[in-house]
Amino acid sequence: MGSLVQSVDWLAIAPPTITAVVALVVLVADLFLPEGKKPLLGGIALAGLVLAGLSLLPLLDGDRSTFCLTSSGTRACSYTADHFTLVIQFLVLGGALLTALLSVSDLVDFSLPSGEYWFLLLSSAAGAALLPASRDLATLVVALEVASLPAFALVGMRRDDRKSSEAALKFFLSSVTATAVMLLGVSFVYAATGSLHLTEVAGGLPGEGTRLGVLAQTGVALTLVGFAFKTAAVPFHFWVPDTYVGAPLPVAAYLSVVGKAVGFTGLILVTVVAFPSYADVWGPALAVLAALTMTAGNVAALRQRADRAHSAVRLLAWSSVGQAGYLLVPIAAAGYTGDPAHAIGSTVAYALMYAAVNLGAFAVAALVARTSPAHRLADYRGLYARRPLAALALGFFLLCLAGLPPGVIGLFAKVTVFSAAVDAGLGWLAVVMAVNVVIALYYYLQWTALLFRPAAAEPAAAGEEEPAPARVPLPLAAAMALAAALGIVLSGAPQLVLRFASGALL
Amino acid sequence: MSHTVMQYLLAATLVLPLLGAVGALLPAPPGLKGRSPEQAVLRHGVTVTGAVLALTVALAAGFDHDRPARMQGTTDLSWIPALGIRIHLGVDGVSLPLLVLTALLTFLCALYSYFKMPAGPSPKAFVALILVLESGTLASFAVLDLMLFFLAFEMVLIPMYFLIARWGGDGRERAAWRFILYTLLGSVVMLLGLLLIGIKGGTFDMVALATDNGSKLSRTTQLIAVLAIGIGLAVKAPMWPLHSWLPDAHTAAPTVGSVLLAGVLLKMGTYGFVRIVLPIAPDGAHTFAPYLAAFAVVGILYGSLVCLSLARTGAKGDLKRLVAYSSVGHMGFVLLGIATMTPTGVNGALFANIAHGLITGLLFFLVGAVKDRYGTSDLDALSGATGAALYGKAPRLGGLLAFGAVASLGLPGLAGFWGEMLAMFGSFRPADGLSRPAFLTFMALAGFGTLLTAAYMLIVVRRVCMGGDGEGGPAHELVPAPADVRTYEFAAWTPLVVLTVLAGLWPAALLGLTDPAVSQLLRGGN
Repeated sequence: MGSLVQSVDWLAIAPPTITAVVALVVLVADLFLPEGKKPLLGGIALAGLVLAGLSLLPLLDGDRSTFCLTSSGTRACSYTADHFTLVIQFLVLGGALLTALLSVSDLVDFSLPSGEYWFLLLSSAAGAALLPASRDLATLVVALEVASLPAFALVGMRRDDRKSSEAALKFFLSSVTATAVMLLGVSFVYAATGSLHLTEVAGGLPGEGTRLGVLAQTGVALTLVGFAFKTAAVPFHFWVPDTYVGAPLPVAAYLSVVGKAVGFTGLILVTVVAFPSYADVWGPALAVLAALTMTAGNVAALRQRADRAHSAVRLLAWSSVGQAGYLLVPIAAAGYTGDPAHAIGSTVAYALMYAAVNLGAFAVAALVARTSPAHRLADYRGLYARRPLAALALGFFLLCLAGLPPGVIGLFAKVTVFSAAVDAGLGWLAVVMAVNVVIALYYYLQWTALLFRPAAAEPAAAGEEEPAPARVPLPLAAAMALAAALGIVLSGAPQLVLRFASGALL
Repeated sequence: MSHTVMQYLLAATLVLPLLGAVGALLPAPPGLKGRSPEQAVLRHGVTVTGAVLALTVALAAGFDHDRPARMQGTTDLSWIPALGIRIHLGVDGVSLPLLVLTALLTFLCALYSYFKMPAGPSPKAFVALILVLESGTLASFAVLDLMLFFLAFEMVLIPMYFLIARWGGDGRERAAWRFILYTLLGSVVMLLGLLLIGIKGGTFDMVALATDNGSKLSRTTQLIAVLAIGIGLAVKAPMWPLHSWLPDAHTAAPTVGSVLLAGVLLKMGTYGFVRIVLPIAPDGAHTFAPYLAAFAVVGILYGSLVCLSLARTGAKGDLKRLVAYSSVGHMGFVLLGIATMTPTGVNGALFANIAHGLITGLLFFLVGAVKDRYGTSDLDALSGATGAALYGKAPRLGGLLAFGAVASLGLPGLAGFWGEMLAMFGSFRPADGLSRPAFLTFMALAGFGTLLTAAYMLIVVRRVCMGGDGEGGPAHELVPAPADVRTYEFAAWTPLVVLTVLAGLWPAALLGLTDPAVSQLLRGGN
């Protein structure tokens, strides 16, 4: 009989813990700082995220776990810091860091309450960092909610904006519904297997046809629905465009990357670790879901009109739905192969690429929004003439997302996803994805072409000289530079992320 | 020349244009500023492409001509171990002529643009795009890894899109979109085929896969892979009925864009057939060969018939469009030669490839020059009631145009003859197992196609070069006397003329290079 007091491996849980502690520090500091010194909070938050990121370094050997069961003979743990966890935590913390850099100038411009903003962002990041390490269903749900609840508040941050509140409400209601459904599923699974730990669940799932089989199957299906919502998979994607449009731009960027990473991680953990014996159920379901998601997202993105308000953000929102479809492909493929770790690696590699370039695209969008707040695609016309570097960077990000050279990393990330599908014998899904890649290319390239087109003749500009573009705020420039540097380095050495596609992650 | 030198030469050939492209975007260093920024950057383009041409010529000089079947100047580095992608470069007798042709045509285009920059935005981007295009094209001929081939294949899309969309003529946006969407749809399907081969064959290395000669791939795999890869390459080549992007793209593209598109980009498709489809999936290729041949022959006839109808009086035919459709016909011969799967046919195809690059490149230059002088390339507007009478007004230009047309119709003694003759010769006796009667029919139809080609080319010569006494006809009133060939035009065109004559008189120079390599590829790399 082991001791009732668990020994906690503090180093292993450092990344989410540091993030959460810094969140509290910011919240408390907000009370004591005078108005003029509020920008200091941003500095604390950034430093906290960097520190949390650094705390990944001692864990690199990737074999720590804590909060383990001490009584029974098994070694089921609730928190595991394996390689998969570390990669996703890196993605989450890096994504949060880039988001934070984007937020600094937006907070000033829209006079958002900075203390609350940083607290919410860090809390959500803490939840997102906890999620990949969770190895039992309860921790998973708690982490998911910690990641989501602050996000609702973040979406509704622009209080004077009716759209923002509406978006937050929409996001909240649909998300809560999904959570409720998922909780029901989790309880069914618990009832059928008698355990919450993923590895125990995997062993305890009853076979089909047994008395508890129907209950377990229903539980699995309902649990998956919850995660499908977070990844914005069809048919749970309707909240995305309105939420992105209504939210402050950095929050939209955060949702598109970290929010998605959370959903995918959960989905991967649940499918591959907890329900492997039901692969013949979730494999085909996810494949169909992937095909529908990418098609719906890309077709909707294709239909955005350049001169409508918010068309740029809407396009990014729909394209992120399309990209979610690609991310689902390897997970579906994992249900078909005997080597799911390999397939999962493709999703992780793709997600890393997507995180860097999508945040980069949002950074440029944030820059453009400073001069033309309507977020129209038409505002990007002639950007190259006004801000050549930003235009080149955006062009690069978009081509990465499209998967065309010079975005070499985007191309090879797509290749890994394709090869996961082909490898698993999902030829039809590969063909659907191929068609989608072409559709997506059309709108990405259209946007890219717009950047280099000469600016439309402004009727008012006849007399007055075009004002010199305002200086780019340093944090925004840093975010863009960081994302661009990542994209370029990865394009030269794709192995840096693609090695996850060949390694054993889980 | 030592192996290391060859290695560096080949690598430098691919990297130099990319560096040059970056350099073109940066401000010119002091001392190289030239008369104006525009002039400086255009000169930069000429310098870099000239250096690349010099490198490829050095490569050709250092090439061991006694063993053209052997891969030379090979580099083999691991790049992305996760996907098994290696930076594997090398040249053999099949790729060397294409490398030189690419470098030559790009250099001539850069030279031509130095004096006659197409109307459009800044030449900075123009030069950078041409250089990226060159690098991508060269890379696709020099890489020996399926994924790198795909990368190079995709690399040319964006530059070509912008060249057409920004520096093109009427209807350029639409044409550019058609070009990129068609090619991309084809190439994604091709990617699936390449992945299938890579996954089932266990490697992406073309040399290793060619040595296996399909032994590791089941018949079904080969069929699917050849179908998928074939579609991608057929769009690029282009094969009828997937050609419909080509006439628009050519008509809208600026002169140098057309030259590069016809001269080198189309060759990537046919090169892929020879390098990938034939040796790596021979069973699949064997099954689809008759269909490929049938489509090729339809392409020959279709291209010629369209050209005939464009050349008619009153058809408002555009000369550029006509040359573009003639490309469809010529590439049909190349595909027919490949479909025979015999050394004769494939050698003919590779010869016709090069010949088409030289001749059609020249024709697009000439038609572009005519368009510049008259402001239109509409055949009816040009020739008026009696004919444009270029012989009388600009004898050198007229003479060159007639030369190009005659070379294009395959006059013996010029480059166009040998390739098409060998392709037909190959289909007279196709590879074992292919239906001989079918291929005999194809041969007869292709022969009929050459007649049609001769017909429309001669009509064009009659209408543009010959004609009235200089009176009457709308174009004559608008432009009294077009300038004859200028010095820089001579400089850009003479190499093409000389090579056309040389290749026609001394085909052995080229066939000696390709033949051993082709036999080896058909035998399975041994």
